[in-house]
Amino acid sequence: MFDFETLRIIWWALLIFLICGFTVMDGFDLGIGMLLPFLGKTDDERRVMLNTVGPTWEGNQTWLVTLGGISFGAWSLVYATFFSGLYTGMLVLLFGLFLRPVGFDYRSKLVNPRWRSAWDWALFAGGTVPAVVLSLAAGNLIIGLPFQLDSDLRSTYSGSFWDLFQPFALLSVIVGVALLCLHGAVFLHWRTETALAHRARRVIIWSALIFTISFIIAGVWVAIGLDGYRITSAIDTTTINNLLSKTVAKENGLWLTNYSTYPWLLLSPLLAIIGAGLIVFLSAKRYTGLAFLTSSLVVVCVIVTAAGSMFPFIMPSSISPTSSLTVWDSSASRYTLQLLFFATVLMMPIVMAYTAWVYRVMRGKVTVEDIQKNKNVLY
Amino acid sequence: MIINEVVELSRFQFALTALYHFLFVPLTLGLSFLLAIMESVYVMSNKPIYKDMTRFWGKLFGINFAMGVTTGITLEFQFGTNWAYFSHYVGDVFGPLLAVEGMMAFFLESTFVGLFFFGWDRLSKGQHLMVTWLLAFGTSLSALWILIANGWMQHPVGAEFNYDTMRMELTSIADVFFNPIAQVKFVHTVAAGYVTGSMFVLGISAYYLLKNRDVAFARRSFRIAAGFGLASVLSVIILGDESGYTVGEVQRAKLATIEAEWETEEAPASFTLFGFPNEETMTTDYAVKIPWVMGLIATRSIDEKVDGIKEIVERKRNRIKSGMIAYKNLELLRQDKNNQAIKSVFEAHKDDLGHGLLLKKYTENVIDATPEQIEDAARHAIPKVAPMFWTFRGMVFSGFMMLFIFALSFYFNAKRTAHKQRWLLRLAFYGIPLPWIASELGWVVAEYGRQPWTIANILPTHLSVSSVSAEQLYLSLTGFFVFYTVLLVIELFLMTKYIRLGPSSLHTGRYHFEQEGLDHV
Repeated sequence: MFDFETLRIIWWALLIFLICGFTVMDGFDLGIGMLLPFLGKTDDERRVMLNTVGPTWEGNQTWLVTLGGISFGAWSLVYATFFSGLYTGMLVLLFGLFLRPVGFDYRSKLVNPRWRSAWDWALFAGGTVPAVVLSLAAGNLIIGLPFQLDSDLRSTYSGSFWDLFQPFALLSVIVGVALLCLHGAVFLHWRTETALAHRARRVIIWSALIFTISFIIAGVWVAIGLDGYRITSAIDTTTINNLLSKTVAKENGLWLTNYSTYPWLLLSPLLAIIGAGLIVFLSAKRYTGLAFLTSSLVVVCVIVTAAGSMFPFIMPSSISPTSSLTVWDSSASRYTLQLLFFATVLMMPIVMAYTAWVYRVMRGKVTVEDIQKNKNVLY
Repeated sequence: MIINEVVELSRFQFALTALYHFLFVPLTLGLSFLLAIMESVYVMSNKPIYKDMTRFWGKLFGINFAMGVTTGITLEFQFGTNWAYFSHYVGDVFGPLLAVEGMMAFFLESTFVGLFFFGWDRLSKGQHLMVTWLLAFGTSLSALWILIANGWMQHPVGAEFNYDTMRMELTSIADVFFNPIAQVKFVHTVAAGYVTGSMFVLGISAYYLLKNRDVAFARRSFRIAAGFGLASVLSVIILGDESGYTVGEVQRAKLATIEAEWETEEAPASFTLFGFPNEETMTTDYAVKIPWVMGLIATRSIDEKVDGIKEIVERKRNRIKSGMIAYKNLELLRQDKNNQAIKSVFEAHKDDLGHGLLLKKYTENVIDATPEQIEDAARHAIPKVAPMFWTFRGMVFSGFMMLFIFALSFYFNAKRTAHKQRWLLRLAFYGIPLPWIASELGWVVAEYGRQPWTIANILPTHLSVSSVSAEQLYLSLTGFFVFYTVLLVIELFLMTKYIRLGPSSLHTGRYHFEQEGLDHV
């Protein structure tokens, strides 16, 4: 039905779609985790925060699990190289994620304040660690990772966990953490009231500011101070190419090539910056639902900005540019991509429909009174 | 060069994390269905006690479910972190199954689990019941997809090696989906999950009955668990996946090692009830044999023979030699893609490529392996006998113990005197660990029994690992060990606390501790 070229572009788009889905849906959960010990002054307030996402966070996190499965299925070489290369980072991420299901479920099962406070910090770590590790990984993807493939396509990675902490990647962490705090605070502002909502609004202003500044600096850095990559040999887009037969240039500013070829792509970073300002305005005017939609849009724009500048690269290699994984040499076979495409367009709309229904059922603000009335039932 | 230590540590880590994950999965599978049954009775009979049952067992379900989710993500990450070459080599077949599992099953269970807990006041009775059923189906669906993936590792069908991309590629999704091994595995594993849920509810209800509290609540729970448990345990035993052991060579090797059948016997083969397998002499000391039984179990016939270990090893030796030819011609083919002569030799020996790769563990240079190396590889091309022999017997013994407990519980229930049989209640309570023992041993039989392959006859375990260092593995193993120990202690603490409290933890004012004016929460 589709030719191989189109299929792979579709699958690249679906990969970005799933990354966006995860960051939009689970991003505010992670943000709320990071804000939990600071915005919630009392036990009841913290429970309000947890219960704004309590019934839905688990479904949200499934976007990450599905993203793992999809990258395994459609881009197995990327999945294999990324997860094994970032071995320690992925395990730190995993240990962070460990704390979330148990944190949500176990925290309020006992009244002991020390028990609860310990879990609050566990949930804080469960929000912060994934946000930091994933932003760090994103920053390093843009820089290029130190891996190399041999002729059997077995990858070796020559960097340590600490090598991930490069200046540009640290800036990415600031962008990512600020963005997710913003997203979480906007959600809290929408779903809570009184003192808590008031505090959330202060976070919105600050995180929007930090996000905007760091995002702009990152853009300038990519333009003038960071090596980008470009395929310099001819590429046959109709077949799976032998990965190691291509030649790749690595030079300052190459990540902007796509923006000069397709100037409309510039809309993406622009919308991210305008959106951040708009959020501050909308929440000042108490259009909290609209502010949440806007912050979701900002999240999507940030991801599209990065992915758009890298296309067709998915995972550039800094030490062996020819080993870089691109859309044209690291996908699954045509048959698998086609099957998985049908499965995805059939199932994801169903998933999104019932998720929307669950959100509708659980709609409305969560208040301290709700918590006190249902103290043995709620998180 | 692949470091042996890394392979062994990676295997150990996978086994540790998978076995640990499997402490929680069967209970999730079983309890979710029991919850759906209890709530169905509530909706039909309108008796609030069934709603209390759904909510109380639901609380325990939640404590367990959180751990299932926590430990489940590990497994999905681990294919990539520790088994990168596996992920690349078979990702085209294996990956889509995990992707579909995520979209079709994980979303379903994890989206509706929140509504199950928090939707009671916001949904009509019928809607909430639907949510509970969807949750139950979601858990079983995820088992379906992961077992299709696992079935493919045991008996890879519907895929072919592509020498351009150096990996296996999917050729027929229907073959993968309807893989006979996958189908039996699914039925066997979910039914084992239902048994686990039933044993859990049965044993804890027995505990309340022994303590003589919340009797009405406990008797109803006991009854549902006994009925569902008996049906499930019969399914596990009758539809046990032994019937799948004649399909494919790796499955046959499993069967031979489980039974310590060194020589091929005339059909129908006898079953070794007991004995001490001796790997050195290739005999079983002090064997107690029952004629015919194994032939019947394994082949469901009296005229098909069951292959012995020596015959299988002999076949392996030949396939390894043929695999060396395949490997040599693959190397030539990659340098000279259009050479038809090389291509036809490769095509003729392609199915044995995996056996050639077995030699990689013994020599870097597969092409001129010595006869000793070939012999070594052939001898290790099937799992060790003693672990298979004993784990299988442990699993089956636990299974029959549970059959005994459920059958008696069902019988005395029908006579309405189960709550008075204190010996039976004690048996049910102390029998709680049985399904876990059976599941964990069953996992060992299935997965250790697949060795030395990750993908049967295609990709040796030795080649499947990531290029990580032993230090990284020691670090991650320490992390898992610390986290998993602490979390298990916390989980068991909460679980026992809520089990002790019983339905009083619902604060409805109707149960034991509230009657006496005690507040234990």
